[in-house]
Amino acid sequence: MSQSDYHGFDTLALHAGASPDSDFGARATPIYLSTAFVFRDSDQAAGLFNMEQSGHVYSRISNPTVAVLEERIAALERGVGAIATASGQAALHLAIATLAGAGSHIVASRALYGGSHNLLDYTLRRFGIETTFVAPRDLQAWRDALRPNTRLLFGETVGNPGLDVLDIPSVAEIAHGHKVPLLVDSTFTTPYLIRPFDHGADLVYHSATKFLCGHGTVVGGLLVDSGRFDWFASGKFPELTEPYHGFHGMVFAEESTVAPFLLRARREGLRDFGACMSPMNAFQILQGVETLSLRMDRHVSNTMKIVEFLAAHPMVTRIAHPSLESHPDHALARRLLPRGAGAVFSFDLKGDRAAGRRFVESLQVFSHLANVGDAKSLVIHPASTTHFRMDDAALAAAGIGQGTLRLSVGLEDPDDLIADMKRAFRAAEKG
Amino acid sequence: MFIQVDGRKAYAYTGGKTFDASLPCVVFVHGAQHDHSVWILQSRYLAHHGYAVLAVDLPGHGRSEGPALSSVEAMADWTIALIRAAGCGQAAIIGHSMGSLIALEAAGRHPEHVSRIALVGAAFPMKVSDSLLEATRSDEPRAMEMINLWTHSAITHRPGNPGPGFSVFIENLRLMQRQAPGVLHTDFKACNDYQAGSERATQVRCPALFVLGERDQMTPPRAARSLIEAIADNRVVTIPRCGHALMAERPDAVLDALKPFLISTHRQQSTA
Repeated sequence: MSQSDYHGFDTLALHAGASPDSDFGARATPIYLSTAFVFRDSDQAAGLFNMEQSGHVYSRISNPTVAVLEERIAALERGVGAIATASGQAALHLAIATLAGAGSHIVASRALYGGSHNLLDYTLRRFGIETTFVAPRDLQAWRDALRPNTRLLFGETVGNPGLDVLDIPSVAEIAHGHKVPLLVDSTFTTPYLIRPFDHGADLVYHSATKFLCGHGTVVGGLLVDSGRFDWFASGKFPELTEPYHGFHGMVFAEESTVAPFLLRARREGLRDFGACMSPMNAFQILQGVETLSLRMDRHVSNTMKIVEFLAAHPMVTRIAHPSLESHPDHALARRLLPRGAGAVFSFDLKGDRAAGRRFVESLQVFSHLANVGDAKSLVIHPASTTHFRMDDAALAAAGIGQGTLRLSVGLEDPDDLIADMKRAFRAAEKG
Repeated sequence: MFIQVDGRKAYAYTGGKTFDASLPCVVFVHGAQHDHSVWILQSRYLAHHGYAVLAVDLPGHGRSEGPALSSVEAMADWTIALIRAAGCGQAAIIGHSMGSLIALEAAGRHPEHVSRIALVGAAFPMKVSDSLLEATRSDEPRAMEMINLWTHSAITHRPGNPGPGFSVFIENLRLMQRQAPGVLHTDFKACNDYQAGSERATQVRCPALFVLGERDQMTPPRAARSLIEAIADNRVVTIPRCGHALMAERPDAVLDALKPFLISTHRQQSTA
């Protein structure tokens, strides 16, 4: 907390966006499970529709419970606002669809979540949006990939699966030199481990399903705007700087100097694509956010112990975590992620695919499933699940081997997690 | 829209409607280190309810050509020049913080061009502490963080401005950070140096509305008392649980204060 912050991180995680319920004094944020909201009078109704007044009309566009979550994440990220979406993928799509269209181009890190790779490499191409993938550590590759029609640079704070740490200051500088914003997926790190806006990113999104929710209960996403990117000065985004006939000729950058991106994303993207978050999900994610720092500290400390254990184990041929001096981004991680580089990482098991299968199936505390960021420890085999659409060459380029296992370290007693893995190693070794 | 004022290009938001000088004109003037967007909801509402709206970016702010003007008197003259350049004979001037001093100065010296004034978050004198004034000169980032902290009565104001899901607190910080270097000190020094407030208040002949924030730490309600007492035709609305960022913290309450004031103005003009 700096001297000038209104409150520290934990106070914001508990209070930002919320105030005690004015009707009944409920201390918890009420779940406003209402599709629509009654107008005070016709004048207010018209004012709300025409963006002359602030308030809620219909829960696809905004909802009081969801707004608490949005404002809380905005406060934690120090953004001008946020939009909650049905999933992290919906947040990524909303960001891209607000800034890009047919004929646009994106430069993205190659080290991405498989779902994001699918969206960019297959689905968006069908809609005329092309993506060039680059090795995230190769800054010259980012520069070389820029085109006149490039509208966005995109990477993950800590990339799947090799935990490539995105050099946000350098990639942001490249983006800004080309007058386009940098979008960062901060799902693995949360605002507790890094605030990408402090390092130059312009837009951030989260799969709130993961550490923000923290309990593996609901799916959701959050898209946050730093409010720093000058869309008029860029000159490349008529979507924000010229009249939008889909909303009475509104020029979003005239309506809001610092938040036109979010205005358009909500007034067009949520309105038309409709991938909004349910207030029930927002409530669940709010419960998780309240304890975010406590959980992340424990996730990180447990991870450190398991990384240390694995790094010394003879059955492990490779382990990728930026906390290790052997990781190519060790120094960068110390600079950008001083509280830790998260609790999701991968390692390669000695032996064939069958050994990997025996390892996974012998675990009793770790759960074998396709998720990360749960309070419970999780494990998955990327080559056969999250990245199964990639061919061998693409897998190798993304740093994934046939025997790679990805862990999401939970909050259990670390000794129990290590004992569980010892048992699995013995099973894998026996054959 | 862009308009030439005193030979320089100036930007004024017209509320999402084409400006029509034949309608009753309302000029919104922002405060120090801000731009037109602090008035977005109130100005958009009035533009869609029969008014010709000019929510200005003062010189050197937002998209208006600089340099920033160095005195409240010069800013008031510029505002009158804008009203004339826009083809309005008279206008109501609604000013926030430094903008309230501009409205006061304009009404006192140019009564023929000012039909009403609304002073939102007003105080006189508008003294700035020596340490803050020095920080605005020597350490802008720190000064802006301090100002942002003192501007708001709380971290959260629902349902947000300009809509749900926005952080009033961070938006204000980013808006201040968006202005050109040097503007912050120029603005705060202009507020600090302004001395004519009491005299101008006695010269005001038009109706004046004061909209004050109950929890305003920058311009607390008691700091407007001398102006209120000096203006014959005054009315005061104090908004509860509200700090200095009145239009963002309580946008509907500010609008609810402005509407009857302007509508009565309009009716009086119509029947005059």
